[in-house]
Amino acid sequence: MSLSSADIARIANLARLELRPEESERMLAQINGFFDIVEQMRAVDTSGIEPLAHPLATVAEVALRLRDDVVSEPDNRDANQQSAPAVERGLFLVPKVIE
Amino acid sequence: MMSTELHQLSVAELARQLRDKKVSAVETAQHFLTRIRANETLGAFVDLNEDATLAQARAADAALAAGNAGALAGVPIAHKDIFVTKDFATTAGSRMLAGYRSPFDATVVARLAGQGAVTLGKLSCDEFAMGSANENVAVPAVGHKAPEPVRNPWDTSRIPGGSSGGSAAAVAARLAPAASGTDTGGSIRQPASFCGITGIKPTYGRASRYGMVAYASSLDQAGPMARSAEDCALLLSAMCGPDPDCDSTSLDAPAEDFTLKLNDKLDGLRIGIPKEFFGEGLAADVRAAVDAALKEYEKLGAKLVPISLPRTELSIPVYYIIAPAEASSNLSRFDGVKFGHRAKDYTDLLDMYKKTRAEGFGDEVKRRIMIGTYVLSHGYYDAYYLQAQKIRRMIADDFQQAFHQCDVIAGPVAPTVAWKIGEKADDPVANYLADIFTLPASLAGLPGMSVPAGFGSNNMPVGLQLIGNYLQEARLLNVAHRFQQATDFHLRTPGGF
Repeated sequence: MSLSSADIARIANLARLELRPEESERMLAQINGFFDIVEQMRAVDTSGIEPLAHPLATVAEVALRLRDDVVSEPDNRDANQQSAPAVERGLFLVPKVIE
Repeated sequence: MMSTELHQLSVAELARQLRDKKVSAVETAQHFLTRIRANETLGAFVDLNEDATLAQARAADAALAAGNAGALAGVPIAHKDIFVTKDFATTAGSRMLAGYRSPFDATVVARLAGQGAVTLGKLSCDEFAMGSANENVAVPAVGHKAPEPVRNPWDTSRIPGGSSGGSAAAVAARLAPAASGTDTGGSIRQPASFCGITGIKPTYGRASRYGMVAYASSLDQAGPMARSAEDCALLLSAMCGPDPDCDSTSLDAPAEDFTLKLNDKLDGLRIGIPKEFFGEGLAADVRAAVDAALKEYEKLGAKLVPISLPRTELSIPVYYIIAPAEASSNLSRFDGVKFGHRAKDYTDLLDMYKKTRAEGFGDEVKRRIMIGTYVLSHGYYDAYYLQAQKIRRMIADDFQQAFHQCDVIAGPVAPTVAWKIGEKADDPVANYLADIFTLPASLAGLPGMSVPAGFGSNNMPVGLQLIGNYLQEARLLNVAHRFQQATDFHLRTPGGF
């Protein structure tokens, strides 16, 4: 299986990455090189095998834990926004998204 | 004790001398900061904050004087720059986080500080922990103007391994008695092996992931890197334990004192030797060192048992599907809105996202985001991502089969010793293939470690990998410690340090 330049453009858009033309070209060659080693994996018979998401589910039931939906932290807005690119009156600024 | 020798002390010995007031925490911190400054050419550290370090040291001295000090009071450590820290910059090696300051400390950082450890600074790593050579670093190290790969103290023309390359280089060069690292596909074990130090990745979920900049959440795990198994045991005891409010995947397994069983005898220990780890891909010099280490274990009373991990080779595609899939999801948070880099010029929100991410991420990170996005996309999910997760279960089951026949598994950490800087820099797949022996235990979530086992070509260190069953960290550390009682590879210091 081989990806095309159109695939790279489609994936880059999904991943919200702007790629320069020469970057796309290099990416295409490298990703196709990678998928060569993926081929062996596709041939494995996995019928009846459950996918493993949490490694310890191999030996035990693993239930994802939930915590009570209660306020656990004080308001820490200033500290949390100290590394934001653009903030005004405690709000994150982004380009206009509706007309 | 002359302060010039402080950097040669183990964590255990240094902690003892601090408790006995033979040396103060401030004096110790100053000694290491001086060494760090004198060895900036290695590129191991990416941030220092001497005021914060010395304030922590003074607090440790006060606790020691008051008699209420923790087990690691005054012991200096340094953190991989993947752990968020209040007092130091956190970049994860990425332009995306240049200038970022975390409002909180990672749980692992807080736990070590809770035992009195003093933070020396932050250590270089591959960008978002993606790499096996520490060449994918996009932020300049302390004393450097431009980003540079970390250098291996045993041969500064070689890579230290990755992604915890700064951690391994700093410990090997005696710039810190110990460091934190993280291991997703081998990022503690491989650099430990390449730099001749000891490192352990505990069972997935034993150490909290809270405050570790996420790469692949079902694989990421923190662990200590130090010179000996005993030192790793001391640090790991402080790092592990449930973190139910902050990490939904942290295990309920209680914190443990991993030093208690260090001296247990190895008589009758069954060491499984996977034949797939000793195939033609393994370099002769590495094989010779590993074989010699296994002979040493036989002398210590262990029995070598041939086993098979038949899907070892499949670990490479399986890992490089699952980890990028998780990465593409985790790294979607870097959009230039709430923190991190934002592009200067853009036409609208979508354009801002695309340009911000194009500028902020390096090549390897972009490649993994692309692979991950693709394998999770409509029409490809079943064939790639789900198939990889199914084989992941088969790989984990293979280990359980093997553990019927043996107590621990041993083999090489990597197929070769550390390679030259630049040698594989333009060949991502060559880097992926070199991860073959560390990926299986990562996919299975098993604890694994690297123990200095000798030297290969060009006098470069070789590590022995030990893999245990779930929650068997104490046993692993015991097996490593007994080896280190009989050998001195872990005590060797690279020339000039």
